[in-house]
Amino acid sequence: MYNSLSTRRSFIKKMAKLSAITAAASMFPGILFASEQEEGIPNGANLDWKKGPCRFCGVGCGILVGTENGKAVAVKGDPNSSVNKGLLCVKGYHQTMCIQSKDRLTHALVKKNGKYVKTPISEALDIVANKMKDTIAAHGKDSVAMYTSGQSTIPEGYVASKLMKGAIGTNNLDCNARLCMASAVTGFLTTFGADEPMGCYEDIDHADYFITWGNNMAEMHPVLFSRMLEQKTRRGAKIIDFATRTTRSSTASNRSILFEPQTDLAVANAICYEIINNGWVNKSFVEKHCNFSKGLTNIGYGVEDKFKFTDKPEKIDFAAYKEFLKDYTPEKVAKYSKVSAKDIKYLASIYGDPNKKVVSYWCMGMNQHTRGTWMNNLMYNIHLLTGKISQPGNGPFSLTGQPSACGTAREVGTFTHKLPKGVVMNEKHRRLAAKIWKVPYERIPAKPTYHATEMFRAVDRGDIKFIWTQAVNPLVSLPKTSRYRPAMEKESCFVVVSDVFPTPTSDVADVILPASWHIEKSGLYGNSERRTQHWDKMVEGPGDTTPDAWMFIEVAKRMGYGDLFPYSEENHVEEIYNEYRQFHEGAKHGMAPLEVLKKESGAIWPYVNGKSTQWRFNEKYDPACKEGSDFDFYGKPDGKAVIWQRPYEPAAESPDKEYPFWLNTGRVIEHWHTGSMTRRIPVLHKAMPNAYVEFHPDDAKVLGIRNGENIKVTSRRGSCVLPASINERGLPTKGQVFVPFFDENMLINDVTLDAFCPISKEPDYKKCAVKVEKA
Amino acid sequence: MPIKSYLAHPHDGKKQHLIDALSAIKECEVLPAKNEDILVVVTDTLDDASEEILKEKIEKIDSLKLLAMVSGFNSPQN
Repeated sequence: MYNSLSTRRSFIKKMAKLSAITAAASMFPGILFASEQEEGIPNGANLDWKKGPCRFCGVGCGILVGTENGKAVAVKGDPNSSVNKGLLCVKGYHQTMCIQSKDRLTHALVKKNGKYVKTPISEALDIVANKMKDTIAAHGKDSVAMYTSGQSTIPEGYVASKLMKGAIGTNNLDCNARLCMASAVTGFLTTFGADEPMGCYEDIDHADYFITWGNNMAEMHPVLFSRMLEQKTRRGAKIIDFATRTTRSSTASNRSILFEPQTDLAVANAICYEIINNGWVNKSFVEKHCNFSKGLTNIGYGVEDKFKFTDKPEKIDFAAYKEFLKDYTPEKVAKYSKVSAKDIKYLASIYGDPNKKVVSYWCMGMNQHTRGTWMNNLMYNIHLLTGKISQPGNGPFSLTGQPSACGTAREVGTFTHKLPKGVVMNEKHRRLAAKIWKVPYERIPAKPTYHATEMFRAVDRGDIKFIWTQAVNPLVSLPKTSRYRPAMEKESCFVVVSDVFPTPTSDVADVILPASWHIEKSGLYGNSERRTQHWDKMVEGPGDTTPDAWMFIEVAKRMGYGDLFPYSEENHVEEIYNEYRQFHEGAKHGMAPLEVLKKESGAIWPYVNGKSTQWRFNEKYDPACKEGSDFDFYGKPDGKAVIWQRPYEPAAESPDKEYPFWLNTGRVIEHWHTGSMTRRIPVLHKAMPNAYVEFHPDDAKVLGIRNGENIKVTSRRGSCVLPASINERGLPTKGQVFVPFFDENMLINDVTLDAFCPISKEPDYKKCAVKVEKA
Repeated sequence: MPIKSYLAHPHDGKKQHLIDALSAIKECEVLPAKNEDILVVVTDTLDDASEEILKEKIEKIDSLKLLAMVSGFNSPQN
């Protein structure tokens, strides 16, 4: 199984095969392609198959891991999972291979006199707890911080939040989901007052059109994209790819429409203009279920330390909104978006046709945007104006990047402003958390502190003197690592890194803690469609490896908070989940009991009366809606969603004479984020061994650049040398270069800009200005 | 250098015949479903013209009821 792919071409063949298997599985649930799915399983093996979710992206495919003699020897898709119906992508099939990597972190390492010394885990945890206590005693509780992950399990996120906010009493907790999903969260909250998508993956089986906004699903969400392709082939559903770069998604779509970076704001407004101008507004829906508001404009970019912004929403009426949109006629927008007026009208006509069901998908393109919250709002405007929302096959669907960005970061709340239910600013929410955590209410601070970017700025300034990172690799993934790497190397901050493998982040740690990998512990993840999935520990981890949740608990006990963490080592996952469930009791967010999750391949919240709720806010499907309401956006006090007036504003940094190219960064199908796992899986590493810089062929010709030639990409922050890629994986528009960020040997984030959306505080990795020259 | 994947549906009772016929074509990789009458076919050809000729050849197989393309990649470097 693992040696069947040795060249890029055979890898592509594998992808083609998987697409077809996916399509077949959609037509014949439970179909088996035994030779493919069980290839590589030793002859005569007596495997014990255990279910769980995939370790990688936010799709949340169900996997079955075959174990024999305490080792994971095979992975196949779970045919009982409605997410993937037995299918997996190449990352999914090969995931367990990384745990056997030779450089696995198996024991704690403590830096002594500049060298790492192998240390018993118990002693290392003593050092961490003592250092945390001493730092708090000397500099106050806000001098310590924790930075976690959308790859942390639900119990891990929960105990991290309880330790920092409930026990220590600081809001210095944030996570890498800030870098990928924060704009989706603020988009949901400002429009609906409730986070996470209203629909589910079953929308794919009903939609007539899929419109992807800046979203290369063929590489980033391949199993979902395969399901869409199957609908394209079988029912004639159409896929429209709206993006700044031609990708595999574009070539597999019915139409590819390209736009100038940042102008998606203007095009979305132009679509709304067309919907109104052509009389395509679903008047009864809008009158009954929507309000109109506007917020502040010229809101800045957050490039300076300690940047603050608070929006001031103001109600407006439909007439004022209509007047605002006059600046966004297709003809006006075509001039700067480079999207023809005809194409804008075409997109609007799809949304405007009452007889066509439309799902819009997006992920990082809209979220990693200095106006990410606005862009999310504008997407909802389109669906609200046409009433195409919360129904099978009709809805806006924000995809997530990490396996538990929803379940852990957003639902448990590992952001500085969040609590397991609600936000720290809300007294009622603080009181509920204090009650369940059994801590004095006054201990939970009412003000958020540092979001991710500002947290590392605070490390650089010396304000944070202790930081503990877990399942995250910020010195590859943060924007402007050229500032934050030296910051983390400073003597002023004690750095603890919990991870499975060494990374550039663990390279600067004072203490490295060896974490258990996914299947070496029990856990729960929550995926993009609000599905919570549980798995039991499947194999023992090597050496002193320990589940992150248990390391937090051990440190909490050593700091004197043992009474707040009365969990047992054997059953802590179950005990923590049952405690956490109390936060979400009720019809609006009820979580399925653990016994259900152990039996089934996940359940979608709100889980009410023994049933998942597939479409929220629609009375027909959602028991939390008021009787007779039809649609009830109950996150808002009046049950109405908000259509936001949000203008186009330029990017934080645009190409100029000195730096004439846009730099766009992103991912590739072979690698998961910073590559710390997938680069240790030989088949994936061979298929994509290093990063590259993609050029449009016309730009390459003008600059005299040949394929494979080393190119230096430089911004005002730093530079990076990579081989040129022309007409290979992707094709950027003229005047733009694209670089994937998975390669720790070619750190493109030394070049990127740490500008962010002032509302969500999510950085924009898709737009900054660079120059390119032969290296 | 196109690589394409298809779902091939055999006529009733002709699954094995279709597997044999497709397996005999060197540009085709065949993956039959274990419990349904359907086959995954992945084709790997030099150029679009060869792909077209191959497709015509496949479509002439008697035991084939329907051939539906699922995905196509055409990248010179891949």
